[in-house]
Amino acid sequence: MGALFSAPDDHFQDLSEKTGFSPEQIQILHKRFKQLSNDEDSLRRDDFNNITDLACNPIRTQIIEAFFDKRNYRQNAVGSVEEISFEQFVIVMSHFLPVPLHNMTEEQRERMRREKLRFLFNMHDTDNDGTITLEEYKHVVEELLSRSGAIGKETAKGIADAAMLEVASITVGRMNPDDFYEGITFDHFLKILKDIEIETKMHIRFQNNACALC
Amino acid sequence: MDDSISCKCNWTSKYLVCLVIFLSGALWSSRDVLSNAAGATTKAPPVNSPAWTQVSPKPQTQPLPVFTINYPRIQVPFEITLWILLASFAKIGFNMYHKITIWIPESCLLISVGLVVGGIMYAVHGMPPAVLTSNVFFLYMLPPIVLDSSYFMPTRPFFENVGTVLWFAVVGTLWNSLGIGVSLYGVCQIEALGLKDINLQENLLFASIISAVDPVAVLAVFEDISINEQLYIVVFGECLFNDAVTVALYNILSFVATMPEVETVDVFLGMARFVVVGLGGLFFGFLFGFAAAFTTRFTAHVREIEPFFVFMFSYLAYLVAELFSLSSIMAIVTCALTMKYYVEENVAQRSCTTIRHVVKMLGTMSETLIFFFLGVATITTDHEWNWGYILFTLLFAFVWRALGVFVLTQIINPFRTIPFNFKDQFGLAYGGLRGAICFALVFLLPQNITCRNLFITATIVVILFTVFIQGISIRPLVECMKVRRTNRKLGTINVEIHKRLMEHTIAGIEDICGQWSHYYWKDKFKKFNDRVLRKILIRDNRAESSIVALYKKLELQNALELLGPAPSDLSAAPSLMDLQTKRNFPASDLRNMHELLSKNMYKIRQRTVEYTKKSALPNDSKVREILIRRHISIRHSFRVGSFPRTGVSKRHRFLSLPPRKNMESRSPPSRPSYTSENLLRAPIIFRHGTWIPVATLDLLILCSSIVLSAAELNNTIKQIIFRSRLFSTLFGFVRSASYTLPPGLASLDNAEGPGLEDKQSWKMTLHPCSGSRGTDLELEPLSATSSVSQLQRFSSRQERPLQNRYHQPERREHELGQQTSREPIAEGLWGQPQRDSWTAHRYSRSRDEHRPGGGNLPPSAPTGWAQEPLIQKGGGSQNHLNRRPHWRPHNPHGPQSPGQVD
Repeated sequence: MGALFSAPDDHFQDLSEKTGFSPEQIQILHKRFKQLSNDEDSLRRDDFNNITDLACNPIRTQIIEAFFDKRNYRQNAVGSVEEISFEQFVIVMSHFLPVPLHNMTEEQRERMRREKLRFLFNMHDTDNDGTITLEEYKHVVEELLSRSGAIGKETAKGIADAAMLEVASITVGRMNPDDFYEGITFDHFLKILKDIEIETKMHIRFQNNACALC
Repeated sequence: MDDSISCKCNWTSKYLVCLVIFLSGALWSSRDVLSNAAGATTKAPPVNSPAWTQVSPKPQTQPLPVFTINYPRIQVPFEITLWILLASFAKIGFNMYHKITIWIPESCLLISVGLVVGGIMYAVHGMPPAVLTSNVFFLYMLPPIVLDSSYFMPTRPFFENVGTVLWFAVVGTLWNSLGIGVSLYGVCQIEALGLKDINLQENLLFASIISAVDPVAVLAVFEDISINEQLYIVVFGECLFNDAVTVALYNILSFVATMPEVETVDVFLGMARFVVVGLGGLFFGFLFGFAAAFTTRFTAHVREIEPFFVFMFSYLAYLVAELFSLSSIMAIVTCALTMKYYVEENVAQRSCTTIRHVVKMLGTMSETLIFFFLGVATITTDHEWNWGYILFTLLFAFVWRALGVFVLTQIINPFRTIPFNFKDQFGLAYGGLRGAICFALVFLLPQNITCRNLFITATIVVILFTVFIQGISIRPLVECMKVRRTNRKLGTINVEIHKRLMEHTIAGIEDICGQWSHYYWKDKFKKFNDRVLRKILIRDNRAESSIVALYKKLELQNALELLGPAPSDLSAAPSLMDLQTKRNFPASDLRNMHELLSKNMYKIRQRTVEYTKKSALPNDSKVREILIRRHISIRHSFRVGSFPRTGVSKRHRFLSLPPRKNMESRSPPSRPSYTSENLLRAPIIFRHGTWIPVATLDLLILCSSIVLSAAELNNTIKQIIFRSRLFSTLFGFVRSASYTLPPGLASLDNAEGPGLEDKQSWKMTLHPCSGSRGTDLELEPLSATSSVSQLQRFSSRQERPLQNRYHQPERREHELGQQTSREPIAEGLWGQPQRDSWTAHRYSRSRDEHRPGGGNLPPSAPTGWAQEPLIQKGGGSQNHLNRRPHWRPHNPHGPQSPGQVD
């Protein structure tokens, strides 16, 4: 961390190469990071919980957890951490970089798509067993609907059930009598979401100039 | 069969043709009558008609007439009615053959019919309808069209693309007007064309008319081939707002065109006026929009006039804007967009439907009439043909449109999240059809414009060219070019859920990194909306709030969906299996879920939790109605003869069962007898474990009681449980079921029990409406019908060891509290339907599995539990559970079934 402050520019440069953000964007994110962490070197869950704008997001917990999830650090690590450094913060953010429309091979595009979907998948798969079980799915749907009061629970169940049934029918097709659908694996996840233009949905226009921030 | 259909078609079309001829005949003859008798123009409104006022009060010496005809009195409304009918018949006519409207846009067909009618009128020297020569268009025909478009504007995509839409609508229209005007002026300078007398102002005026795009046909095509949402909304929004721009521009220019000299000051005044006109329209739109929303707050007791306010206020906005010569289109668009959200929350569901229908109806009617009149006017007006001018107009209209789109896209693209690529630009440029607005505006041209007739001709040519050539060719072209499409057919529920999930995620991440795009403004607006607007505009009593209403609708619709159209046999009856066979959920289910999700998404970041006052219970009368309908439809399906003799083959095809001999070999030939001859024809259903459930349930509802073998019984119960679980939120009436078991059955706790042999038959009775949500199932052994039933229910006590096989995460306390008693129902049975529908091989399994041996019915369950819903395990299901992995490893709820309590 010390290095970050002694030579922030170099560090930003590294980060920029590593994540694909431009140095200006890193600068802005850093500013935000400092603001969130009250000028400290790391962010804790409480810091996230204090973001007022986030308070009403129905899937707030999932979003916050995603930041503390080692799987999202692109290091093949598993588990969760208590506090994150700026680097990790930026790496998680980099999942939301827009997919460049030009100069991309099909392969690269596919890779970015997979990464973005993997991020989503990890949000579902809280216990990291490689499948989204009905329980996990139901939980997410419930959270999604949690803002609609009375109907939330009931409907969420219905929808999660129906959705799961659908996944099974799409991905597995005919099942043998003894087969049971264990849950959504990542491959199935890719399969069911192949119609979504993930590139247009899962990205944020990160700002380049700092003035708009404050 | 085919013959009869075609005969019918022929007959209908003949009838239509006759009607059309009759109507057009009536129309022109009525005009003759009018011109002969009253001598007035068709424009004269009935009250002013001199014929009537003069005729009636005269003291007559003649005797009282027994029969009189007073045509002038009814003339105007009569003719209007006939015209509308004629146009509507034309529309019906070519919608009868669906394939025509796919390849040729409806507007083309309407114009063609109009051309024919115009030809007839021309031949008999009829006069063009009054609409074309008066303000009728702007006062009566335009408002419905604009209201229609703006009311059904997809709000979310619109606001996501609002910048681009306005950019194209305002700047694009100005660009087109200026470009076309100036270049036409340049062309006019060519001596050879002899058009020296058209000055710049007139050219600009004409250009402003010609630059209004009206791509009704294109939108229809785009919708049909589900083009990407961004392109669609830009075309949609552009046509809406550029109408406003064009009309404003037209008003200014028509004033300028009549001025002898134009000074620089006038140019700036013109620009200022342009802004004032636009903002003024906006202001009145907001004003009346909020007024409408506020009014509907108080209409809870006068539901019958609720829809009225929407129309009156939007029309008022339009008229008032017109009064001040502001942009009336802008006003009505803003008004509709503003009030829609609040009004739809305030009014009852029924009123909401009414509003939508009437808006749509009026809009479609106006549009139909306009295109129809366009055809008529093409023939009946005086034309002034100038090859050069008209061809150059066509050329410039196309070139400037293309150029404009290209240049403007380059400018706007860096600001867009999803930039337009070349193909999108092509779609945008080629979709620039001209239509109703051009047509009406050009007829409004003041008479003192020198080349009025030339302008009319040129406009009509441009409209016809674009509508016919571009309108017809755009579908093949766009399909050929493979313009990016959005999969707008409602996909899967998963896709829908994940879209929402992603939107929430993006919103959250944006919050975290402190960057706000439109989400930021949306958030600001939301706060303002919640704190101020909603409090003022929306009734506090939330009884009819949209989500609750929507939820009711969802339940009702799903239930009705399951009923479906009266099925001809059971295999066609919509059922769970049906859904699975299609591997998809019916579109309306999806749409409802989609709506539900999107409504919820709309509540993003909402600060207050709402709808806590009222629970979302569906009302009982509806449920009852559903049940009644279901009875009827099923009974219908059971009529003698409606079952195929060899029901097997039907089943076969539908479920892809194994060959019949398999089934025969697996199932004993002798079946328990059913209660009626008709039911006997449906027995295939009962033979095979998988199929029992749905059919049995239906039968139960139909005849209240059936006779089952023990194995079937088990399956039935399981299925009922499953169904009630899956559709519990959607389906209303099989919420929970309790059932009555006779003492004999109760003793069959162990697998070897004597009673539940296959030969034993059971009478199963369902009391559907015994409670608001409950369903009672009564079982009694057929041999001992007189035995007094004892209320009991299954317990899952014996399942505890079974459940424990799966790793069970710690039970969450809050879930425990919140689980409804229904909760456990589906747990163990979740895999059941999947297997049911997909497995043809199920029958190859040994029937032993279905032996009801696993029945775990505690003999002495307290009667108080009887009203509790079924527990997950109907006897035999345990066997399956023993054998196969549970599809969901984590099953926290499993052990929480009520049976566990003791």
